[in-house]
Amino acid sequence: MRFMNVQLRRAIKEGIINFWRNGLVSVAATLVMVLALFVIGSLLFSNVLLTSALSRIEEEVDISVYFKKEAAEDEILSVKSALSQLPQVKAVTYVSEDEALERFKTRHTANALITQSLDELDDNPLQASLNIRAGDTGQYEVIARFLDSSAYSKLIDKINYFQNQVVIERLSGFLAAARAVGFGATLVFSLIAMLVVFNTIRLAIYTLRDEIAVKRLVGATSRHVRAPFVVEGALYGAISAVVSIIIFYPITMWLGPASVRFFGGPNLFDYYLSNFFEIFLILFVMGVLLGVISSSVATRRYLRV
Amino acid sequence: MIYFDKVSKVYSPTSIALEDVSFSVEPKEFVSIVGHSGAGKTTLLKMLLAEDKPTSGKVFFESINVHEASRDELPKIRRRIGSIFQDFRLLPTKTAYENIAFAMEAAGATDEDVENDVPQALELVGLVNKALHFPHELSGGEKQRVAIARAIVNHPEVILADEPTGNLDPINTKEIAELLKKINNLGTTVMLATHNHDVVNSLGRRVITLDKGKLARDDKKGRYII
Repeated sequence: MRFMNVQLRRAIKEGIINFWRNGLVSVAATLVMVLALFVIGSLLFSNVLLTSALSRIEEEVDISVYFKKEAAEDEILSVKSALSQLPQVKAVTYVSEDEALERFKTRHTANALITQSLDELDDNPLQASLNIRAGDTGQYEVIARFLDSSAYSKLIDKINYFQNQVVIERLSGFLAAARAVGFGATLVFSLIAMLVVFNTIRLAIYTLRDEIAVKRLVGATSRHVRAPFVVEGALYGAISAVVSIIIFYPITMWLGPASVRFFGGPNLFDYYLSNFFEIFLILFVMGVLLGVISSSVATRRYLRV
Repeated sequence: MIYFDKVSKVYSPTSIALEDVSFSVEPKEFVSIVGHSGAGKTTLLKMLLAEDKPTSGKVFFESINVHEASRDELPKIRRRIGSIFQDFRLLPTKTAYENIAFAMEAAGATDEDVENDVPQALELVGLVNKALHFPHELSGGEKQRVAIARAIVNHPEVILADEPTGNLDPINTKEIAELLKKINNLGTTVMLATHNHDVVNSLGRRVITLDKGKLARDDKKGRYII
């Protein structure tokens, strides 16, 4: 155990000294890593914007079920409770005939013709309705079909899903595609960034291949040779994480207002500040893992001496 | 102690580095391996360090066939053999002190042992005042002396010296030869590959002559004859 501690301490010390003495190579590797973490961080921020924009669009979509005049209120409420139990349904609100009339009136107070013609009528011409919001836009069809084929269908006058079906389906397709593209782009760009880092570290270690051979020839074990390189890789990652989180401060501050203007929020700068430690942790773990894995893979081939 | 058993190394049919070479080395011997450039001297030493594999034949260090040693065993064997190279092979980003300390740390020495033995090794090669210099700040002779200190610091049983004076002037050459003699007198087996007539003749020890990869002569108290 004590022997292991001595080895670990020596590896950390040597890694730090090598990082310092390799000067330019270390700076170059760290810069490339900063670039990679910056890309990964940017993807993180774009995903936040994309997700919030998409869910805002999604919330604009709902369907309404209009009931026949003869449907009693308790019947409608039993439909409501049946709907609430469907896993696809996120929220159901009941709008009674009177409420519908109230809303209609407030919406058209400026229009004298409409208010006058309403006054002429004895009965309330508007229908009671249920406003349904699904968890996912793709599920409206299921909900509409459920209502249409259930015992409640005789109470129902119309479901506006069937009028808006094309628009909802198209929107639902768009949302799914946008999410897939966002996910795919994140994956591809992260992978490219990681490959660039891996190759840079490989190149850095390639320049030290003779040293690795010498270390082996004086009797060092593979682990003894590799450990300081792994420490160096971790250092590249840790320093790069600190540098990139600092770079994001002015950038998110600058882009914050624009993010609200174009995407309707959240303000990127507020997001950066309130999630500072989570973002830093992601960059730090990614950086250190990337450095450690790249270094251990890259040293492997020169350890065959 | 060391036994080469019909060792051949064929890079290609037109490039044969060693052909059917057999000989053994006893403990505390000082063996010079001589021959023209390309005679196979360096290849021979590389075989013992398992830096290169023979095409056929076996190389034994004591009872171990070094080419069948596992990945765990090989570093242990190498720690019992100190190597000195023509191009010094020091670690460029480490000081003279750190280069020597590295070999000790690789062998698992404690901090106390490192602090105790490294200055002693530096003293033996006369470089105490250059301990904190990097290799690029040292002369050729000084670099080779650091390499010798690194090779002996783990008290190896054998020292392999591959053209250690190849890049040095006559004065430094003499000093290095004297150092190797001193190390041998302290009880370490030395295998010296060289094509320097003066060094070999001044030693008056066993000489193995290689010619085009074949063992041409093996003289108990030999001279450089080719």
